[in-house]
Amino acid sequence: MIKFKDVTKKFGDVTALERVSFEIGPKEFIFITGPSGAGKTTVAKLIIRDFLPSSGVVEIDGTDIVDLPKKQIPTLRKNIGMIFQDLKLLHDQTVFENVALTLRVLGKVEEEIEDEVEKVLKLVGLSDRADFFPAQLAGGELQRVCIARAVVGKPEIVFADEPTGNLDLNTAWQIVRLLKEVNELGKTVIMATHNFEIVNEMEERVIELDKGKLVSDKKKGKYHLK
Amino acid sequence: MKKHFKTTWTRIRRSPYQALAAVAVMTLTFFIASVFILTAAGSQAILRYFETRPQVTAFFKDEVTMTQVDTLKAKLIETEKVKEMKYISKEEALAIYREQNKDNPLLLEMVTANILPASLEVSTVDIAYLGEVAEILRQQPGVEEVIFQEDVVQALHKWTTTLRKIGVGLIGSLGLVSFLIILIIIGMKVAMRRTEIEILQLIGASSWYIWVPFVFEGIFYGAVGAILAWLISYLLLLYSTPFLVSFLAGIPVLPVPVLFMLAVLGIEILAGALIGTLGSLLAVKRYLR
Repeated sequence: MIKFKDVTKKFGDVTALERVSFEIGPKEFIFITGPSGAGKTTVAKLIIRDFLPSSGVVEIDGTDIVDLPKKQIPTLRKNIGMIFQDLKLLHDQTVFENVALTLRVLGKVEEEIEDEVEKVLKLVGLSDRADFFPAQLAGGELQRVCIARAVVGKPEIVFADEPTGNLDLNTAWQIVRLLKEVNELGKTVIMATHNFEIVNEMEERVIELDKGKLVSDKKKGKYHLK
Repeated sequence: MKKHFKTTWTRIRRSPYQALAAVAVMTLTFFIASVFILTAAGSQAILRYFETRPQVTAFFKDEVTMTQVDTLKAKLIETEKVKEMKYISKEEALAIYREQNKDNPLLLEMVTANILPASLEVSTVDIAYLGEVAEILRQQPGVEEVIFQEDVVQALHKWTTTLRKIGVGLIGSLGLVSFLIILIIIGMKVAMRRTEIEILQLIGASSWYIWVPFVFEGIFYGAVGAILAWLISYLLLLYSTPFLVSFLAGIPVLPVPVLFMLAVLGIEILAGALIGTLGSLLAVKRYLR
C-alpha cells in the first residue's frame, strides 16, 4: 500500500532522509518515532506528495508519486487523512465548518455533510462543540477536531504527525485510543511521535528514524524504547 | 456551484470596504467607457447623416436645357465617384422653399419659380471626391454656382476619428488600472486566506476548487461595476435627451435605440467579467503550488 524504496530527500546540503526503505500494508497501525529532525514530517510530506524524493521510489497503492500527474495530486490527497503537527485549523470557522471542509472538497451535498460531520464529531467526542471556534477549545479538543477532519472523508490512510506533541499524558492517551479506534474501522493509521511511553505501551509496529536514517523496523510486540 | 456562490458572497460581505473600492473603480471605468461609446456612436450617426445629405449642389443658369443636365449627369456617372444625384427643377425648388417657410407668409410673397434656380444635388461615394466633383460641375457651361459642405463633413470626420482614438486610449488605460486594482484587492484577500488555501491543497482540493470563489468575486466586481456605470450613463442620457434634441436641431440621432443600449450593457458586463476573471486568476496563481 505504502512503499518507500531507498528514498533520499535533500534540501540543499541538508539530508532529511537517507536511503529509507519500508512498506506499510493495509489496515496497519504503525508508529514512526525518532527525535526532532529525524525525518518523520518529511515522510508525511512525501506520502501526500507535498515533497518529491531526491532519489528512490515512493509508491502509494502501486503508483509512484514522482510519476503522478499534477492533476492527480488532489485525488491522492483525498485518500489520505492528514493530522498536521501544527493543526492547520481555520480560526475563523467553527468546529463544524473545519470538519465539513474535507467533505466540501470531496463534493458532498449539504445533507450528507451534516450527517457525516455529526457522526464523526460524536466519534471524537465533540458533538457539543460543533459551533465552537478553535480559540474556544482546549489542546486535546483541537487535536480531536483535526482527527475528525482527517477521518470524515473515510480515507484509507490516516497520517497523524505528532498528534500528542503538546498534550498532557492523559489527553495524549485519549487521542491515541481514538486513532486506534479509527484503525479498527479498517484504516491504515500512521502516527509519527517521539512519545516512547505511548509507543512502548501500545505494542504496535514501530519504524525508528534518526537523523534521516532508518534505525529499526520493529514488528508488533513488547519493547522498551527510550 | 451553489456553495461557491455562497462562499463568494460571504467573503464579499466580510470585507465590504474592499468590495466597495473594487466596484467604485470598475463603475468609474465603465462610466467613462459608456460616455465615450455614446459620444462616438452619436458622432458617427451625425457624420452618417451629413454624408447621406447632398454634399455638392450645382445651381443652373436659367437658360440651361434638360439635355445639358442629362449630359452632365452622364459625365458624373462615368467618374464612378458619385453615389446619388437628384435634379431639382425650378418648380420643385419653389415647393421646397414654400415648405421651409410656411410659417412666414412674408417670405412667401413675391417669390415665384422664376427667381429660384434649378439645381443638381450630388452625393459622392467618399467625401475625398467632393473637391473633384465640384470642379467638374464648375467647368460646365450651364452651371452658375457650385456650393459644397466639404468643411463641415471633413471637420466631423476628423472629430469622430480623434474621439475614437482618445476613447480607445482612455478606456484601455482605465481598463488596465481596473485590472490592476482587482489584482491588488483579490491579491490581498488571497494573502489573507493563504493558510486556508494551503489547507485546502493539503486535504485534496483541486486548483479549480480554490480558484472558483475568487474568480466569482472578480466577476462580481466587474459585472456590478459595469451595470452601475451603464445605469448612470443611461439615466444621464435620458435626462439630457430634450436638450440634445434641440441642440442637434433635427439631426435624427435621438432617442438612442434601446437595443443599442442593451448591446452596450452586454458588452460592458462581458468586459467587466473578463477583467475580474483575469485579475483574480492571476492573483490566486501566485499562491498555488
